[in-house]
Amino acid sequence: MTNENDMTASGAELRQSRKSWMSLLATADEARLRDLWAGFDRNPDHSWLRAPEAGGVMVRGRMGAAGAPFNLGEMTVTRCALTLADGTVGHGYVQGRSKAKAEIAAKIDAMMQTDAADDLHRTILVPLLKAKEDHRMQRAAKAAATKVDFFTMVRGED
Amino acid sequence: MYVAVKGGERAIDNAHAWLAEERRGDTSIAELSLAQIREQLGLAVNRVMAEGSLYDPDLAALAIKQARGDLIEAIFLIRAYRTTLPRFGASDPVDTGRMSCDRRISATFKDAPGGQVLGPTFDYTHRLLDFKLAAESDREDLPETQTAEPRSEDTPHILSFLDGENIIEQEPRTDAEPGDLTREPMSFPAGRAVRLQSLTRGDEGFILGMAYSTQRGYARNHAFVGELRIGSVPVEMEIPELGFAIEIGEIELTECETVNQFKGSKTVPPQFTRGYGLVFGQSERKSIAMALVDRALRWEELGEDNLGAPAQDEEFVLSHADNIQATGFLEHIKLPHYVDFQSELELVRKLRREAAELAEQMAAREAAQ
Repeated sequence: MTNENDMTASGAELRQSRKSWMSLLATADEARLRDLWAGFDRNPDHSWLRAPEAGGVMVRGRMGAAGAPFNLGEMTVTRCALTLADGTVGHGYVQGRSKAKAEIAAKIDAMMQTDAADDLHRTILVPLLKAKEDHRMQRAAKAAATKVDFFTMVRGED
Repeated sequence: MYVAVKGGERAIDNAHAWLAEERRGDTSIAELSLAQIREQLGLAVNRVMAEGSLYDPDLAALAIKQARGDLIEAIFLIRAYRTTLPRFGASDPVDTGRMSCDRRISATFKDAPGGQVLGPTFDYTHRLLDFKLAAESDREDLPETQTAEPRSEDTPHILSFLDGENIIEQEPRTDAEPGDLTREPMSFPAGRAVRLQSLTRGDEGFILGMAYSTQRGYARNHAFVGELRIGSVPVEMEIPELGFAIEIGEIELTECETVNQFKGSKTVPPQFTRGYGLVFGQSERKSIAMALVDRALRWEELGEDNLGAPAQDEEFVLSHADNIQATGFLEHIKLPHYVDFQSELELVRKLRREAAELAEQMAAREAAQ
């Protein structure tokens, strides 16, 4: 299993790639994110560029998994944008309707562009990634146990 | 004739207060929490999300609680809420090839790469009531869930193995902007994109009945379940202010791809054709039914004959698939129609009076002769 290597690789990507940290924050368990954020010692002042608002995103699929797009249905998303005192802009786009979660996500997004990035990465992002990977692996392990092993009965007809 | 319509306010208020009391039921019994509904009635939550056309398990649980378990009423609540949400945009089409599969089976290939993974299924249960669940059991009573070496790579789509042989119709990949029936009123022919949107949010019972009719011979198009998969997929969206796409969430989906017999037409050699079902949540019956109805509705583009079967009639299927439209029109007839009915009553009385007068005149004429 190359799991640990993957973890390290995606952990490093998380430090560098705004796309990966924003994606992780969008799907993070809210209670876990709040706990980790509460344990982080800095909570900077900010002003809103866009106050948190809940809305819908139309989720699309493809015909036959591969063909032309179609509209599947909406999902709830909450977004906001803010600036820190030094002018750094942070965006929060998170699944669900929690304004508090969007605000934390936007602050982390902004601070990941400052010298707080290493601390945030270590104390918040890596634990969130590990929780997400653990959850995925636990389900995958249960699924694997329900994989069918076929065997063929030899019928004694001759 | 004018009939007074005011005066119901007190009765309505009292009815709603009693509704709230009945919803709560016996107060000596613990109240249901939304978390309990979300975690323990997950398939009801999935159905409300699919037919409410809004993926949000907590909201669906709230709607089920408020509706006292009436799922169509809960779907109605979700649809009404949905209209209040500003639309931030549309996602990139989800890539179900990246699904973390809880379940993945094929009825066509026993040894498909990735294997037959049963997942948490009702299949192979004996459908005998389990009275152990009636006793309030502790966790210790749960059988231990087994684990095995988890699969870390993506699970390939089984039908992609047939693509190479050119023996199954191709799904031409485009990025055409799909129609959206929540934005424009439906018109016919609707096209496959709008048909799929309508089917995935359509009433499960209706779609099931339509699919069953195709199996019983009304536009038969013998379907194999090429693949059925259930699991979670990331949803990505382009964020305009950032200029790149991020994952905005992860949703559970059920996908069904059917392989159907096709004799060929004037322009196309014999080959297999496809039906497609994709539904929010773990919604296996619905996604199989959706794939069968999708395939039946494709008769025209595949050059098949119109056999006059209900499941081939796009206008019939799409116009009657929505349980909120249907329930709205059906149930409105219980609401006050006093004025309508008074005029009908007057009309019937008048017709009877005229008929009686005519009969009297006829009788008088006969007597005179």
